[in-house]
Amino acid sequence: MAASSREHVLSLYRLLLKESKKFPSYNYRTYALRRVRDAFRENRTVEDPKDVEELLRRARDSLALIQRQVCIGKMFETQKTVVEQEEQKSD
Amino acid sequence: MNMMNRTLSRKLLRSMCGISNPRLSFAQSAVNTVQGQKELIKSRELEKDELRPLYMDFQATTPMDPRVLDAMLPFQVNYYGNPHSRTHAYGWESESAVEKARKQVADLIGADPREIVFTSGATESNNMSIKGVARFYKAKKNHIITTQTEHKCVLDSCRIMEAEGFDVTYLPVKNNGLIDLKQLEETIRPDTSLVSIMTVNNEIGVKQPIKEIGHLCRSKNVFFHTDAAQAVGKIPVNVNDWKVDLMSISGHKIYGPKGVGALYVKRRPRVRIEPLLNGGGQERGLRSGTVPTPLAVGFGAACEIAQQELEYDYKRVTVLANRLVQKIMSEIPDVVMNGDPDQRYPGCINLSFAYVEGESLLMALKDVALSSGSACTSASLEPSYVLRAIGADEDLAHSSIRFGIGRFTTEEEVDFTVEKCIQQVKRLREMSPLWEMVQEGIDIKSIKWTQH
Repeated sequence: MAASSREHVLSLYRLLLKESKKFPSYNYRTYALRRVRDAFRENRTVEDPKDVEELLRRARDSLALIQRQVCIGKMFETQKTVVEQEEQKSD
Repeated sequence: MNMMNRTLSRKLLRSMCGISNPRLSFAQSAVNTVQGQKELIKSRELEKDELRPLYMDFQATTPMDPRVLDAMLPFQVNYYGNPHSRTHAYGWESESAVEKARKQVADLIGADPREIVFTSGATESNNMSIKGVARFYKAKKNHIITTQTEHKCVLDSCRIMEAEGFDVTYLPVKNNGLIDLKQLEETIRPDTSLVSIMTVNNEIGVKQPIKEIGHLCRSKNVFFHTDAAQAVGKIPVNVNDWKVDLMSISGHKIYGPKGVGALYVKRRPRVRIEPLLNGGGQERGLRSGTVPTPLAVGFGAACEIAQQELEYDYKRVTVLANRLVQKIMSEIPDVVMNGDPDQRYPGCINLSFAYVEGESLLMALKDVALSSGSACTSASLEPSYVLRAIGADEDLAHSSIRFGIGRFTTEEEVDFTVEKCIQQVKRLREMSPLWEMVQEGIDIKSIKWTQH
C-alpha cells in the first residue's frame, strides 16, 4: 500500500510538472514549476495518512487548475519576454 | 469547413497578439499623411515581433494569479446573479460566494467578516474613511492628522476636508521615511477625530510602526485609519493586535482583479461613517451599489492564496531583493537606497543613482518595466513628493528608480535587470559632464551655477 502510494505521489508530481511546462506565459510557467517543486519537497516527510490524502487532493485540484489555465493562456497568447529569448539562445 | 476554421482562428490569434487591426490602420494612415518624412516617433505599443519587457513594477499593479482567474471565471460565465436578489437561486449562489469571499478577506487581516465592506478599490476606501469619519464626528471633532508621504488619494481627500473647514496637520517624516512617534503624540489634540498613516509606502517601501501608533491612538481615543494596500498579503497584518479602526485594502496589489478593494471598519468599539455612496443600503448601508460578484470572489481567492503563500513569498522576495541591491551597489558607486534599510518591505526598492537622470535611465532600460516614483505621479515632471518629504536632495530625487519584486519574479529577471541597469548607468555617467567633474575631484555643491 505504501509503495503504490509513493508511486502515486511521484506520478502526480510528474504530471504537475509536465502540465506546468505548457504555460505560455514566462512568469506563470516559472512560478508553477517552482511552486510545485517546493511544495512537494516541503511535504516530503508528512506521515499522517489523512494529511497525505488532503495534500494529494489539493495536488489533483491544482493539476486541473493548471490544465484549464494553460488552455486559457494559449487562447490569448502574446509575445515572449526578453529573458525567454536568451533562454532559447542558450538552449 | 476546416480551412475556414483555420483562417478564422489565425485571424483571431493575429488580432489578439499585439496591435489590434483598426488601431494599426489608423497609425499607418497617420504616417502616410506625413509625406516623405520618416516616422520619427515610434508607436508606443509593442510591435508584433518585439519582445515584451520584464515586469518589475509590482507596486503599480500585479498580474493576476492563475488561481484567482480560475475562481472568477465561473461567476463571469454562468453564476451571474445579483448577490442582493433574495428570491431565486441565482441570487442565493451569488450571495454565498460573496460571503465566502468576505470571510477570506477577513481571515487575512484577522477581522470578523461583518467588518469588511467591499469597495471599488483602495482609493474609494481611503475616501470613505477620511471623509466619512470626519463628517460624522464633525460636531465635536475638527482635526485630522496625516503624513506627507501618504498616497495621493489620502492627501487629496484631506485637502477637500480643509476646504470644508477641517483642520489638517501633515506630519513630516524623518530622513528614513518613518514618522516620529513623539511628534505624533504632541500633535494629537482633544478635537482630533482621525489619524491616517499608511502601513507600507508604495514608493520607498518603508514600514511604519503601526502597532505603536495604534496603541497611541487608542489611548487618546482617536480613530486610526491605515492604508494597507501595499502591506496586506505581503507582511502579517492583524487589525486587533495593531488596534486599527479602519483599513483600506486593494485587490490588484495582491494578485487579484483590478476594480475591487475593501474597507475594514471596526465594530467594537464601533466606528461610525457617513457613507459616500447612498442608495439601496447594501454593505450595511456604508456602500450602496451591487457588489461585483466575480471581482469579490477573485479578491477573496487572492486573499486566501496570499495567506497561504505569505511566508514563502516573503522569504523569496527578501532573497531576490538582497541579490539585486548587493549586485548593483557592489558594481557602481554613488547609489543611495531611499528609506529605512530595516523597517521596510523588501519587495519595494527605491534607488537613487547620482549624476544620472531618472527619466533617461528609464528610457535606456526599455527592456524592463520600471517606474520612478509612483504611477499616479509619473505623468508630471516633478520629482516625487515622497522623496522630497524624506529630505532627498533635488538631484537625487530626480534620479530615483523604483524596483518592484513580487511573487512571479525570477532570478533570471533580477540578473537581467541588474546587468542592464549597471550597463546603462555606466554609459550615462560616461556622457555626463557632472560625473567628469566629480571624477576630477570638484565638489558639485560648491559650484556657483550662475554668473552675474
